[in-house]
Amino acid sequence: MNAMTKSWVAIGSIDDIPRRGARCVENGDMTIAVFRTADDRVFALEDKCPHKKGPLSQGIVHDGCVTCPLHNWVISLETGKAQGADEGATSPFPVRLDGETVLLGIGEG
Amino acid sequence: MKKKLVIIGNGMAPGRMMEHLFDEAPDAYDVTIFNAEPRVNYDRIMLSPVLSGEKSFEEIVIHGDGWYIERGITLYKGHRIVGIDRAAKTVTSDHDVTESYDKLVIATGSVPFVIPVPGNDLPGVLTYRDLDDVNAMLLAAQARKKAVVIGGGLLGLEAAAGLKERGMDVTVLHLMPTLMERQLDTAAGHLLQQELEGRDIKIITNANTKAILGSNYVEGVELSDGTVIPASLVVMAAGIKANSALGSDAGLEVNRGIVVDGCMRTSDPDIYSLGECAEVDGQVYGLVAPLYQMARVAAGHLAGVPTEAFLHADTPTKLKVTGVDLFSLGDFAEGEDREEIVLRDACAGIYKRLVLRDNRIIGVVLYGETSDGAWFADLLKKETDISELRDTLIFGQAYQGGASADPMAAVAALPDDAEICGCNGICKSAITGAISEKGLTSLDDVRAHTKASASCGSCTGLVEQLMALTLGDNYNPAAVSPMCNCTELGHDDVRRLIKAKDLKTIPAVMQELEWKTSCGCAKCRPALNYYLVCDWPDEYADDYQSRFINERVHANIQKDGTYSVVPRMWGGQTSAAELRAIADVVDRFDVPTVKVTGGQRIDMLGIKKDDLPAVWEELGKAGFVSGHAYAKGLRTVKTCVGSDWCRFGTQNSTGLGVRLEKFMWGSWTPAKVKLAVSGCPRNCAEATCKDVGVICVDSGYEIHFAGAAGLDIKGTEVLGLVKTEDEALEYIVALVQMYREQGRYLERIYKWAKRVGYDEVRSQIMEDADKRQAYFDRFVFSQKFAQVDPWSERVSGADKQEFRPMATVTMEAAQ
Repeated sequence: MNAMTKSWVAIGSIDDIPRRGARCVENGDMTIAVFRTADDRVFALEDKCPHKKGPLSQGIVHDGCVTCPLHNWVISLETGKAQGADEGATSPFPVRLDGETVLLGIGEG
Repeated sequence: MKKKLVIIGNGMAPGRMMEHLFDEAPDAYDVTIFNAEPRVNYDRIMLSPVLSGEKSFEEIVIHGDGWYIERGITLYKGHRIVGIDRAAKTVTSDHDVTESYDKLVIATGSVPFVIPVPGNDLPGVLTYRDLDDVNAMLLAAQARKKAVVIGGGLLGLEAAAGLKERGMDVTVLHLMPTLMERQLDTAAGHLLQQELEGRDIKIITNANTKAILGSNYVEGVELSDGTVIPASLVVMAAGIKANSALGSDAGLEVNRGIVVDGCMRTSDPDIYSLGECAEVDGQVYGLVAPLYQMARVAAGHLAGVPTEAFLHADTPTKLKVTGVDLFSLGDFAEGEDREEIVLRDACAGIYKRLVLRDNRIIGVVLYGETSDGAWFADLLKKETDISELRDTLIFGQAYQGGASADPMAAVAALPDDAEICGCNGICKSAITGAISEKGLTSLDDVRAHTKASASCGSCTGLVEQLMALTLGDNYNPAAVSPMCNCTELGHDDVRRLIKAKDLKTIPAVMQELEWKTSCGCAKCRPALNYYLVCDWPDEYADDYQSRFINERVHANIQKDGTYSVVPRMWGGQTSAAELRAIADVVDRFDVPTVKVTGGQRIDMLGIKKDDLPAVWEELGKAGFVSGHAYAKGLRTVKTCVGSDWCRFGTQNSTGLGVRLEKFMWGSWTPAKVKLAVSGCPRNCAEATCKDVGVICVDSGYEIHFAGAAGLDIKGTEVLGLVKTEDEALEYIVALVQMYREQGRYLERIYKWAKRVGYDEVRSQIMEDADKRQAYFDRFVFSQKFAQVDPWSERVSGADKQEFRPMATVTMEAAQ
């Protein structure tokens, strides 16, 4: 992981993502879900619930979490970890804002 | 080094024993349990509420898997022990697992007594002992046919009530002249029989079963007088016997059960036995309270702490059938040295009888009103001289010394050592003490810390009164369960406050009602969104981010993240042009699966989210609109061909179905709503298991409601008969609006109607013309804003961002 050179790629404006919602970024075979919370923080997770691979981008976003649409697992947007009694995690990705622009941290490894 | 403790059986008695053992001596033993049932320890006496549908299995689990793991216990599920080798000190299971022991506990419980008549081994003949039996009964009940329960004791009557609740036609056969003759006297037995017959359960007493009939499967029961009762299910509940076979095979002393001393030790000092399989002082036990006492005694001895020996005590009996209150304790046979005090109120269904000897209570039977049970039990146990109280004794504690009839006063006046929870042997001071010392505020907390009301639950009311008494104003009755963890308020309070406080946005609700989270959760947000849509149809802006994905993208998400699409087919009718359009969509978008649904629609499955707008556009060209198959809203109106074609049809059922669907489509409801209209009582549209159904008859339209055919199966209730199609539409719309305004989110019509009462629904819709009209008008007003086809909106560009990716990148992401 240390060997990777990370670069920030602009994927669009924060206003492209609804508050308490998500949009998808296609990256080869992988889909990354980019979330925007009620207070305009942005997070990115691989769009796969650790439980049965449900598309987290389609879930309901509340506070710092998203509830998977398939079986209601609650996943932390920051860490990708399942909350409560459930166990498992999906991969988080670095993401930041430059003004209105959303930058996703991706690298060649 | 730890000693090895092996336990055979994982029921309530050994479960309780282990709780005590781990409290007393957590490090004394390595514990291994063999359970013939393939599951964890659950509250067996709550199987009846599971059978009747009032509880789920998950709710009655006592020890989940985690409990065993935390304590390092090895639990072999589904392992039946087939042999004990006392010389080698080992046990062996039917899966060839052998474990050695230092101490062994046999807790194999009991086996149902199967009456020795021909046919008792036919498929369809069940016993009532464990969860597998309950599941088998539930499966059989789905056929909604006739069931016969053999045995009119506690277990048999609970099984009968449960099967009746599940829609079966139930007959109880009882060998004796009155029901529950071991716990009730003749008068109370008759009252109980009347009550059950009033619920449409047939009861035959003095019924001697001669044979169970059937060739490949049970078909009926024949009595010794020649009567034959048809049945597709027979439940044997004629008693239990101790399951002591392992004990006798191992050469232990066995009588009616495995003989143990007052410390629960068998004739082999390294082998203990407890529960229904054990015999103490010539007695075997089947109720939970003495079994829990055995658990305490055995645990104490295993832990090596001084423990009082097991002592026989009378245990009160209660029947777990909702709405039947009965309590019995002690000895109530008639005799020369006995007197009795009886109170009878036939109209109110109340009967109370106290049996006295030497001015002391020795027996209590209460029927219809049992709140004084604990008080009488206390007088009985302490052998209190009642001569001073005699004149008013039967009226109960509240009437002693001129005190008021306040039920709280009665509880307050109970002595500290009065037993509140019979199952667990918990007295009043243990409960009030735990509440004050540990700062307990909820019923669940009290159950967790004291076990009071945690077994059969019949003393829950008393425990709640004690909480109210101890906590005063700080007690907040748990009767209302909160909507979710974001609030203390229940659904009904939230709905009421939304109207009362004029709250018209989700943030306003959360602010005013003091939500504990900043923006709710996936449980409360969709509920609030629905309540606001329903209550303020013209003012509230629907919050799509608070809707479940299916309602946000107007299609049903599938397990692989693709969607299914169901276009509306009014009343289940379609045409060549529509079918062609569907065929073209299937070809063009390579739809993998096409399925005809239960609601008379066509479902296209496996459509990619990106393709949804294009699919809708194609379907829209043929005139299709959304079928709302994804919505908590009006789904489908199923119809038969009615008088248009059918030689039996009495009315135009298809026409009425189409009219209802065109009137009601687009409306949001607390949970999905499915309708059906059948053109005659043959009911080909299966209207009598729908949320709302219509059966057409010559004289008009019989409106039904509150049916279910999903997780639960329930035939509909009749709302009433109306003469014209216009009336049918008006009454149905008013009914659905009433449900829209009162239902809790995700609560189907049958649950809502049961909660508010079928008669209440009938009186508001059938008898109160003003109310009906007002409901109807509010529905019509709401429809002005709801009847917009969501598919064509999105084809025209609404919510574009939902259906396409934000960006496509090609580099690998850093993790």
